Amino acid sequence: MQSTLIALVEDKPGVLTRVTSLFRRRNYNIESLTVGHTENPGVSRMTIVVDSSRTNVEKVAQNLYKLVNVLHVEDVSERPNVLRDLALIKVQADGGSVRSEIMQLVDTFRARVVDVALDSLMVEVTGTEDKIDGLVDVLRPYGIMEMVRTGRVAMARGNSGNGSK
Amino acid sequence: MKKTGAEIVWAMLEHEGVEVVFGIPGGTIMHTYHPRRNYGVYHVLVRHEQCAAHAADGYARASGKVGVAIATSGPGATNLVTGIATAMMDSSPIVCITGQVATPVIGTDAFQEVDITGITLPITKHNYLVTDLEELPEVIHEAFYIARSGRPGPVLIDLPKDVQQAAMEFVFPDDEVHLRGYHPVGKGDPAGVKQAAALINQAERPVILAGQGVIMSGAMEALRAFAEKTDTPVAFTLLGKGGFPESHPLALALMGMHGEVFVNRAIQEADLLLALGMRFDDRVTGRLDAYAPHARKIHIDMDVAELNKIVRVDVPIRGDLRQVLEQLLPLVSPADHAAWRERIDGWRAQSHKRDIINRPENGHLAAPHFINAIWEATGGQAIVVTDVGQHQMWVAQYYPTDYPRSLITSGGQGTMGFGLPAAIGAQIARPDKEVWAIVGDGGFQMTMHDLATVVQEKLPLRIAISNNHYLGMVRQWQEFFYDKNYEATHLWNPDFVKLAEAYGIRAWRAANRRQARLAIAEAHAHDGPALIEFEIAGEGDEANVYPMVPTGAALHEMIERPTYVATDAVDLISRPEQGSGDLLGAIL
Repeated sequence: MQSTLIALVEDKPGVLTRVTSLFRRRNYNIESLTVGHTENPGVSRMTIVVDSSRTNVEKVAQNLYKLVNVLHVEDVSERPNVLRDLALIKVQADGGSVRSEIMQLVDTFRARVVDVALDSLMVEVTGTEDKIDGLVDVLRPYGIMEMVRTGRVAMARGNSGNGSK
Repeated sequence: MKKTGAEIVWAMLEHEGVEVVFGIPGGTIMHTYHPRRNYGVYHVLVRHEQCAAHAADGYARASGKVGVAIATSGPGATNLVTGIATAMMDSSPIVCITGQVATPVIGTDAFQEVDITGITLPITKHNYLVTDLEELPEVIHEAFYIARSGRPGPVLIDLPKDVQQAAMEFVFPDDEVHLRGYHPVGKGDPAGVKQAAALINQAERPVILAGQGVIMSGAMEALRAFAEKTDTPVAFTLLGKGGFPESHPLALALMGMHGEVFVNRAIQEADLLLALGMRFDDRVTGRLDAYAPHARKIHIDMDVAELNKIVRVDVPIRGDLRQVLEQLLPLVSPADHAAWRERIDGWRAQSHKRDIINRPENGHLAAPHFINAIWEATGGQAIVVTDVGQHQMWVAQYYPTDYPRSLITSGGQGTMGFGLPAAIGAQIARPDKEVWAIVGDGGFQMTMHDLATVVQEKLPLRIAISNNHYLGMVRQWQEFFYDKNYEATHLWNPDFVKLAEAYGIRAWRAANRRQARLAIAEAHAHDGPALIEFEIAGEGDEANVYPMVPTGAALHEMIERPTYVATDAVDLISRPEQGSGDLLGAIL
């Protein structure tokens, strides 16, 4: 079972280190962690995915709160939410028929081709991790040359804000 | 007015009410040392930075104020690490200020550069690397606030040399601290408090487990009122000692691995445990799945991450202990648990009959005898600072105290070498009190260089070395669990009396009870530092700490004291000699 935590933190040097150091120190296992800016200057947002069968999610949240630079922590796993991952996949495509096959698959997954080279295509796909895994599976036989995934970002649905205000 | 970073450090320390700091100067911090004498902050020069951190810790625990340690960069900073970890584990408020290489050369492996904020990240409550002088006043103000508020702990400020040298227009920061992500709690959630009160009112066999939180939140009076109204016996953790008067009829004794059998039995038989400002350390619970099986559990703590961490409880309450107890008091009904108390007293009476204190004179000296003799000589009024090991457990058992902040000891980290430097800090914090450092021969040799600090500062510190020529607690485990294979635990020791005399410290040696009482009486009367070396047995049943819950055993599965049945056993605390000032007269 995976749990998704959203942490709002002060945008100050070393805050990411404090968070990752906490995970190492308490022997918590991170599946993925993303950081980025938010609508508030000075506040960064982390989406942290942990394996809740091996790590006590409540304790993760409580220990995150003990960090002076952490403003708000929320477990959105049990709430209606939108979870997204983004991947860039460079796949081999040297013949004309291969190329059109790949384009069809990309369409089916509502992904898009963002770069075309003589012998390859770069595909951008956004969606849940399951959806991206599915695309990766069908592209693998063509030869994946390179791939990068952002890891999960998450947001709860509805009117509630994120508690940073 | 324009001030340099160095001057701002002292101005801010003064502003925070700091009277004394412990430290050693060096290359990157000497600029800060330079203007010190223009400010009202006294500096104690120690002999190793580890001792600066421990002394600041001892100062904090004895006074309730924030202790301060100062060191240079590189090795000066890393030498603080053991002391910082010790303070972190025991929630002791200290602020450490370290020099750092100048900002332009940070990251270049400059001379005596070390990433001390990186190193101390997991062992500080918070830390700062100040790269902009403008931030310095606010950072120092925040550091003291964070160190002492909420669940207290160590804070480190790393100060590059060029920031100390730079100057700016200085004004004191606002009193109010602006920390968006840090809000210590006060009162407990009323619903939880109500639930707790209901459980308390139903209980027939309640036990209070009092931890250091009682002392830190100043809840001594609140606890006493609560225990008396609900007629609930009070057991304590090692660091909780002093939060409830041990001479009180409701006082039990130390719980856990070396707790008294009657206390652990009461916990195992209880139908309600009230855990107050403690954290269910493995040394307290024994085997978890067999811990207090009949008890509902209420846990009150400042730190929400401690609730349901080790032991699942029925009612967790996050809050300041004093405030929560004050919320609870009007909600609980007066109770009379006489039957329960009598059962516990029955177990207690058996414990005392087996007690080593009641053995007749046999020519040997056992540590409980000299520790109890120190208790008698000081009337239980001294501040006792221990090192770590067997003597530490014996102090917990044989130096009962009625006062908070009168036992200072490294609990969570179990830091050998803590005793002497922490006692230096305690004596400086409390010049009005008699302070005894009770240490083992192993731990003492880890920091004994700071005898020089004792003399340089003219401290009237009393040092008692419990010398069994062993790393005694390890040897005891080897005896019990490793086929008596005393691997690397036997110690060749110097002549501690001569050593003390080399420092100009008056010293005595005692090898039996009579000599011990004499030496203690003389050290007690001596005006100036004093050291007594107590020669105690290295092996045999008087050389082991009993009772003992072996690792992995349930709390009631204790190795009890070897059988010696006294016919005239009496309660330690009601012994007639208590507080008799004229010991010499009594002996001679």
